[in-house]
Amino acid sequence: MAKNSKLKWNRKHLLGIRDLSAGEIEFILDTAEGFAEISTRSIKKAPPLRGKVVVNMFFEDSTRTRLSFTLAASRLSADIIDFTKKASSVSTGETLIDTARNIEALGIDIVVIRHNAGGAPKLLSRNINACVINAGDGFNEHPTQALLDVYTIRQAKGSLKGLKIGIVGDIAHSRVARSDIWAMTKLGAEVTLIGPPTLMPSCVDRLPVNVCYKLDDVIERLDVINMLRIQFERMGKQQFPSIREYSHFFGLNVERMKRAKGDIIVMHPGPINRGLEIESEVADGKNSVILKQVSNGLAVRMAVLFLVNQAAMREAKSRKK
Amino acid sequence: MSQTDKILIKNGRVIDPANNVDEKADVLVAGGRIEQVGSIKEEAGKIIDAAGMLVVPGLIDLHVHFREPGDEEEETIASGSAAAVAGGFTSVVCMPNTDPAIDDQPSVEFVHRMGRQARKTFIYVMGAITKARQGVELAEMGLMARAGAVGFTDDGAGLQDTALMLRALKYASMFDVVIAQHCQDDSFGTAGVMNSGYNCTILGLPGIDPLIEEMMLWRDVQLVKRANVRYHAQHISTAGSVEIIAEAKKKGLPVTCEVTPHHLLLTDDAILDYDTNFKVNPPLRTAKDIEALKQAIKDGLVDALVTDHAPHLQSEKELEFLSAPFGIASLECALSLYVKALIEPGVVDWSGLISLLTCRPAGVIGIDKGTLSEGAQADITIIDPDAEYTIDRETFVSKGRNCPYHGWDVKGRVETTIVGGEIRFSRG
Repeated sequence: MAKNSKLKWNRKHLLGIRDLSAGEIEFILDTAEGFAEISTRSIKKAPPLRGKVVVNMFFEDSTRTRLSFTLAASRLSADIIDFTKKASSVSTGETLIDTARNIEALGIDIVVIRHNAGGAPKLLSRNINACVINAGDGFNEHPTQALLDVYTIRQAKGSLKGLKIGIVGDIAHSRVARSDIWAMTKLGAEVTLIGPPTLMPSCVDRLPVNVCYKLDDVIERLDVINMLRIQFERMGKQQFPSIREYSHFFGLNVERMKRAKGDIIVMHPGPINRGLEIESEVADGKNSVILKQVSNGLAVRMAVLFLVNQAAMREAKSRKK
Repeated sequence: MSQTDKILIKNGRVIDPANNVDEKADVLVAGGRIEQVGSIKEEAGKIIDAAGMLVVPGLIDLHVHFREPGDEEEETIASGSAAAVAGGFTSVVCMPNTDPAIDDQPSVEFVHRMGRQARKTFIYVMGAITKARQGVELAEMGLMARAGAVGFTDDGAGLQDTALMLRALKYASMFDVVIAQHCQDDSFGTAGVMNSGYNCTILGLPGIDPLIEEMMLWRDVQLVKRANVRYHAQHISTAGSVEIIAEAKKKGLPVTCEVTPHHLLLTDDAILDYDTNFKVNPPLRTAKDIEALKQAIKDGLVDALVTDHAPHLQSEKELEFLSAPFGIASLECALSLYVKALIEPGVVDWSGLISLLTCRPAGVIGIDKGTLSEGAQADITIIDPDAEYTIDRETFVSKGRNCPYHGWDVKGRVETTIVGGEIRFSRG
């Protein structure tokens, strides 16, 4: 399925992009390309995960990511259990590890976890035998989002090498930004973070990126612009004076788009705050690939489910020997 | 007093920094007191051969959490006391952030009583500055002082209200006590779980800015200028805090400070695997901060080394990094950690290290301890400076297993601990 057949995928967990090599990322993307075709068939199903059980453990609200994983798993013929719970921030009640061990006792193969605490998927992977896929942890990583982002860029532009990509918004509290930074830079793109200084993470100068506080200064040079959602629920204290002021300096509107390259692609991880970080005309315009991102997410998640399961089966086989 | 009650420690290297002693000598203990230090021919009921060993005043730890009352599943005064003597500590100061807090006379008396019953180490208490450590109303510091509290702190939290802090300092100045502060300015937010910096960025965890500590320390130093009372900065962790302490001391203000082993040995790189045993407050900082703290120790700016021994249940430390409690349990292996942090790299010599664990902390809380002067209470720790071993948290007598040093190869070990003339701990 993959073009680069020399490389083998050996990870039974996908916890983040930071630890992956460029080769591994490309291997997932190539695998995803093969799976994209399944969605065009009249019978949209393939058998690789038949008899396998995937559990969606979502400790945080999610619509599209959970649906996407559910659909991806079902396209691969897995059985799917949904587990939704608000994460408890206190030490009372059942711990994450206990919850996971209990679910594992039911006999599951892959856990897809979303959690409000950075590192929760890693904690889980150390304590259970099933495969763990990170569907977003705190403001640490959201690896499948980054994979579908680079997949979408590759689809539109052929390659990420040398592309100038802007990521706009609340970088400090964004797991999408972190995973995107690793994925895009590993694949050779030049990433510029754009937003107010209060929304930049500490020691941002040590990340492999450029930082710019004025969207107007860089908009003309960008090949790709990724507009992050302002996540009021994550920011805590007021990080900028008003939505109006934010939109004025960092919103992607029709006026700004006039100055951008004609073939710039506009991305957004969703859900969109229309009129806040992006104007409707732009979100729905010809440069927008926002809905393509959603469709591509399905293929990417099928690839990830497929690959971690394959690695786990290989590991189990070698243990038997 | 018959000879059989006497203890004679022979042939050790006696290090007694308060008296500028560092020489081979014998120490005779009688009636719970140091009778003589020198070349002693007398017989005694108990003779300890300390050849190759260091014989030092009993170690003092100004900062421990023994969790009683309220969290006895984590530690009790009895289990903590046993851990203390195993670590060579003959006096410890319990912090008041128990449940309920140590914030009145009966609760101070309770801790003292449990300490006496445990019959291991001397237990001292710092009471809370404010009722229930809420930072709103002053607690009865005078009555607590009369019951024996050696100082006051809302440790676990900083006292936010500036005017209230000034009032606390002024009020406390009429008693011979120290006001200690866990410097943490909550106006920066309280969500942080690790040092703010590159590592917190790539781990996606909320950071604790060094300024959070430094702003409150700086504020308090200004307040101390207005109140004639001893002020003690607890567990300072940043290069910036060192500068503030240096400045305050240069001005001759009655300001002291303490440093923990983890802030001398570990950086926030240790968290890259989300291991909650490294989650501690103040958080692990950077190599630059460690260098500044070591330089401060070298320059004599630090008054005490403290463990901030903070035992927690393993089940709580198994939570997500964001939710797990702060704290490191290190009382039993502390001496070896100080050796690794300070003696091995040549920051201080043995005499310098022992002074930071004996007479100098005694001075901070104003107790008549930390020396081997003739007539002093016989609190003595005997150390094998060359003993090499591997730290194994499973062997701890403390209930705390949240020790990030598990598996470390270290040097320097406590062999015998004598408290008030009684051998309360003896290895093997």
